[in-house]
Amino acid sequence: MPATPAPWSAGSLIQASYFVTAVLFITGLKRMSSPVSARSGIIWAGAGMLVATLVTFAYPGMSNYPLIGAALVLGAALAWWSGKRVAMTNMPQMIALYNGMGGGAAASIAAVELYRGGSGGAVGTTLAVVGGLIGAVSFSGSAIAFAKLQGLIKRSIRFPGQQIVSLLLLAAALLQGVLEVAHPGGSGVYVTGLLIFALLLGLAMTLPIGGADMPVVISLYNALTGLAVAFEGFALHNAAMIIAGTVVGSAGTLLTQLMAKAMNRSLGNVLFSGFGEGSVAGGGEVSGSLKTIEASDVGVMLAFAQKVIVVPGYGMAVAQAQHKIWELCQLLIDRGVTVRFAIHPVAGRMPGHMNVLLAEAGVPYDLIGDLEEINGEFDTADVALVIGANDVVNPVARTDKSSPIYGMPILNADRAQNVIVIKRGQGAGFSGIENALFYLDNTRMLYGDAQKVGSALIAAIKALG
Amino acid sequence: MTGIVALYIFMLAAFTGYEVISRVPVILHTPLMSGSNFVHGIVLVGAMVALGNAHSPLEKTIGFFGVLLAAGNAVGGYVVTERMLEMFKSSKAPRSAPGER
Repeated sequence: MPATPAPWSAGSLIQASYFVTAVLFITGLKRMSSPVSARSGIIWAGAGMLVATLVTFAYPGMSNYPLIGAALVLGAALAWWSGKRVAMTNMPQMIALYNGMGGGAAASIAAVELYRGGSGGAVGTTLAVVGGLIGAVSFSGSAIAFAKLQGLIKRSIRFPGQQIVSLLLLAAALLQGVLEVAHPGGSGVYVTGLLIFALLLGLAMTLPIGGADMPVVISLYNALTGLAVAFEGFALHNAAMIIAGTVVGSAGTLLTQLMAKAMNRSLGNVLFSGFGEGSVAGGGEVSGSLKTIEASDVGVMLAFAQKVIVVPGYGMAVAQAQHKIWELCQLLIDRGVTVRFAIHPVAGRMPGHMNVLLAEAGVPYDLIGDLEEINGEFDTADVALVIGANDVVNPVARTDKSSPIYGMPILNADRAQNVIVIKRGQGAGFSGIENALFYLDNTRMLYGDAQKVGSALIAAIKALG
Repeated sequence: MTGIVALYIFMLAAFTGYEVISRVPVILHTPLMSGSNFVHGIVLVGAMVALGNAHSPLEKTIGFFGVLLAAGNAVGGYVVTERMLEMFKSSKAPRSAPGER
């Protein structure tokens, strides 16, 4: 077996190009973290990727160029096609899918290197094994996250001893990894075992997690894929992979923490508690009755309000109602009503999911407030218009210690004079917890698809002249 | 590259990632997650090298899928991030007409 040529001694052009790529990536990410420069950020990073990809064709000692070209064109074309077609509301699962592909690619690199017998000695083999393990977990885990958000898997699958099974799978995968390091260049049976156990581990970890926790899970897998790429970068002595993978690994970890914090839950809690499905809904009984209201009455209430705070949630995303809702709000603004949007960090399926949708509809930033900014304003609001949001406005999180969402910071929609809840049906939210907000004296329910309700409200307000 | 240099790179890159993201506003969380998802698409260069050095049919098959998946990660990540950030372009001034729908 010919050894991998040591790239560090290879053409300095390649090294210089990878250096440029690393600079472009970090600059791009930096620019992406500010709204003003965000758009140019992805172009910087894209330029970095292009440079790295092109220069890799000049890597010394490579063969199989037709295969490389075919795989490159096929993968790029499929991703381009799907990425251009996907609706904004389905972005979270597409990110999960593309992230899983990255994890799968890292696992593939590990597999090829290890089946080939490796070349980096015990250290190189260990790094390839760890990267392959993490990559394979991220691959199958992200695939499940995609299937859940896409609605292909409707229920969370749970069985007794789930965590023990996960631990056993992890132990089995690690054992195979250790055996591979101890017997490098063997028959490859340990590599196969490692990857199979790792793929199963990704499934076992992700299947029990409810849809409400998916943002955190996707973010975690994003960070894990970054780490896997960094480890494979170490194994291949590829500085661009090490830097880009590590930057994503640490940035992704921070993002995951921010998200888990917004839900007032630890990461361990998300991964192991099985929250997020109706089956574990706890908490006390909610007393009172649901009071419905007609769209025409809501139209009048909104039109003559001084201040309206809109609280969008996943229901708005599902109904693709963001354009209609903004049209409605513009009508109100024209009538002199103060309109604000209140965004909970975990509203929707990803942090910032609602911001993306509102930006798509053309809502200006200064109307949008996050949790801390806007929570004090509900006291002075005439109407809180809750559109398909549920757990993020459930006052039970403040009061009921037995509730699974106790302690989660919520939007204080219940403090508004009137609360209008637009909702598809009477079912509970994603977490399956009854929402005490819906039973309050100042709350009225307006059932229906958010888009249709939006149209009805617009018609009602226009009818007022 | 010696092991210790690799460790330095690892440490500095980890701090860089943390610092770059620590001041990001919530509205950019999803685009930024998507953007960092694109950045780890750099796995493509590793996948190309792995396939370029593959010999047996098994290695070539796995390598082929590696490049395919990595290209999907990179291109898909770019396309969706670009589409998301596109919306932030002119949002300083309120726009009147919503897009295509």
